[in-house]
Amino acid sequence: MKFLDEYRDGDLAQKLAAEIHRVTTKPWTIMEVCGGQTHAIVKFGIDELLPKQITLIHGPGCPVCVTPLEVIDQALEIAARPEVIFTSFGDMLRVPGSTTDLLAVKAKGGDVRIVYSPLDAVKLAEENPSREVVFFGVGFETTAPATAMAVFQAAQKGLKNFSLLISHVLVPPAIEALMSSPNCRVQAFLAAGHVCAVMGYEEYFPLAKKYRVPIVVTGFEPLDILQGVLLTVQQLESGRAEVENQYARAVCRAGNQPAQNLVKKVFTVVPRKWRGIGEIPQSGLGLSTAYAAFDAAKKFKLTDHRVEEPAECIAGLILQGLKKPHECPAFGTRCTPEHPFGATMVSSEGACAAYYRYRRHDMKEMAGAK
Amino acid sequence: MCLAIPGKVLSISGDDDLTRMGRIDFSGVVKQASLAYVPEVVIGDYVIVHVGFALSKVDEAEAQKVFEYLKQMGELGEIEEKSP
Amino acid sequence: MKAPEFSAACPIPISQYPHVLMAHGGGGKLMHRLLEDVFGKAFSNPILDTRHDSAQFTVPPGRLAMTTDSYVVRPIFFPGGDIGSMAIHGTVNDLAMSGARPLYLSCGFIIEEGLPMETLWRVVCSMRDAANICGVQIVTGDTKVVDKGKGDGLFINTAGIGVIEHEQIISPQNVQPGDTVIVSGDLGRHGMAIMAVREGLQFESTIESDSAPVHEPVLDLIKAGIEVHCLRDLTRGGLASALNEIAEAAGVKIAVEQKLIPVREDVHAACEMLGLDPLHVANEGRFVAFVPEEDSQRALEILRRHEVSAGAARIGQAVEKAAPLVTVKSALGVSRILDMPSGEQLPRIC
Repeated sequence: MKFLDEYRDGDLAQKLAAEIHRVTTKPWTIMEVCGGQTHAIVKFGIDELLPKQITLIHGPGCPVCVTPLEVIDQALEIAARPEVIFTSFGDMLRVPGSTTDLLAVKAKGGDVRIVYSPLDAVKLAEENPSREVVFFGVGFETTAPATAMAVFQAAQKGLKNFSLLISHVLVPPAIEALMSSPNCRVQAFLAAGHVCAVMGYEEYFPLAKKYRVPIVVTGFEPLDILQGVLLTVQQLESGRAEVENQYARAVCRAGNQPAQNLVKKVFTVVPRKWRGIGEIPQSGLGLSTAYAAFDAAKKFKLTDHRVEEPAECIAGLILQGLKKPHECPAFGTRCTPEHPFGATMVSSEGACAAYYRYRRHDMKEMAGAK
Repeated sequence: MCLAIPGKVLSISGDDDLTRMGRIDFSGVVKQASLAYVPEVVIGDYVIVHVGFALSKVDEAEAQKVFEYLKQMGELGEIEEKSP
Repeated sequence: MKAPEFSAACPIPISQYPHVLMAHGGGGKLMHRLLEDVFGKAFSNPILDTRHDSAQFTVPPGRLAMTTDSYVVRPIFFPGGDIGSMAIHGTVNDLAMSGARPLYLSCGFIIEEGLPMETLWRVVCSMRDAANICGVQIVTGDTKVVDKGKGDGLFINTAGIGVIEHEQIISPQNVQPGDTVIVSGDLGRHGMAIMAVREGLQFESTIESDSAPVHEPVLDLIKAGIEVHCLRDLTRGGLASALNEIAEAAGVKIAVEQKLIPVREDVHAACEMLGLDPLHVANEGRFVAFVPEEDSQRALEILRRHEVSAGAARIGQAVEKAAPLVTVKSALGVSRILDMPSGEQLPRIC
């Protein structure tokens, strides 16, 4: 595939890795924000090409992982209703709530359907006027424009049988929350490339300045991530703390204006609870008053309730980059992708799930080495 | 997060900016995507597509830069090897 | 291998019975007509024609292999095949994995009331044609009709008997350290062909299912004297599933290399688009073979002479007797675990 496969070239990756080795003289801790980047790092083994002095920490950039249990329970409640066609991206189907998951609700007779795009859910609403179609809107800023368009088009078409359960989250507040935590060890960030394709990277300049951390907007293929790490290390070694754009083939500083405009029109910034971290102010998107009629939580009169995570789960510490998966006593034994305790084991982007699937054979060695 | 992949715009339909759709070719697999957010895109351009929406146009000149950089590094390496 | 085009008109008058009724499974006149005019006519052979409750036949000397599978694929017709041809190929291939020559098949049909008669006839014709190409006979069967809402259209079960005309023991327990792992062709076509027509995900593509019989290349390998230690056909769960099952049964560590595993460009693109791993995607006309390293080149040459295995490739080796593990070396030269996929392959946005 053009503009994809050439960024997976093994020889060129080795060259970038060699250059990183050449310029690294001190230990550095770098966080890659996005779950897609974590996935690529573990799948291709990018971290194994880096010098031992570089520690990559996997950040909370997995919207599936950070969706609170309470919201999943709300989704399950709605999906079980006979009049509802519940639509969702595939990622959310296996995520367990307090007791069950969407696949189990489907097995019991719930009409749960996977969609590729939120517009497919709008189409379903048009084609099924006697049913209530609900779309589960999760994702970062990358996905918000798609959800916004679904709401906008539904409003234009005057659809009365369409609503959304929204759990969109924003990246910069999460980075700020991490950086302001006293235990934070992160010295630089690889910012999420596709989030920045939408939002641009203007928001990162104040963060880089305030916390004195290099922030490099990075893509998702091996050459992107390696180049992102190289630019980051070059900054760290020379004492700079600037914002750079590695993923310039898809990202520009101002981002995508039409997308940002529609998101601002349809959504409003709200506080959002992040599973494993807690509530972060101004870190989520909710429907604005003009579009309140499309809010499934209001339409189905869902109540807020608190759900406690299993006490053993250290997902919060992992999401903050303070612990690694194999340091959890339940990792790989009581907690696995088939029966996850918490956020980071739940989707394949979660740090625990990624390590479990791809690396558990080195886990014992790694644990021993510590 | 944000699984988005590059594809080539084969055809465009719809007059309205917001309802403009494109047929996007991903190496032999074709899927429709909304072009609402990339009004400047024309047939033949490459776009990055996420959940049925083109989010940006691929800047082909920028796309080459990492390969040029690596090529230069390679040449530099050779010069360094040759010098005493 | 492309299924022949469906051409003949349905023998049950469609104007009279456009849909399958409960009565077609009731044991009376309507069912008799269905059995005679549809199944009996399409699958006709001397054994089936006797219309006994059980089929009687002799088999050539040798060990026997037997297998059974049920087919529930949706949609019933997909690019490159249908539930019927898939059912024939699937059972023939399971027999082939023992190195058996497939001989006789049984077919059980569970039909949902309301299934269009035309659909049933098309599937049956497809099975007839597939069976003819494979050189197997459908010698016995069963038909049931279930209430509307209880059946999802059509389910098919096939069982098969084949004869093993060689002395080799082909099984995971025979896998030896150092054995070469060969895959018979490119991966992921069947799963992605189904995804392309799946409700909610449709995309335009020319990807067709690879559903096809593989017994001929397998029998050729054995005839040529290649020591075949293990065979496994790749179905649901893809290459990852098959290799993990073998690793577990054989107690070995298997290592393969991503760059050696053939995947067609459009299948790769479709997987990227939906966030799926081609190594986890279903196949229907592909198998892996474990052969001693010294036989591997010759094995590849033999396989490549057949259309269905023209793309055969060496992808790795059984490394050592050890705790079961399958690893894959990425394009960057780093190895990671190739895990058993968990559950259904779901597209993702993350």
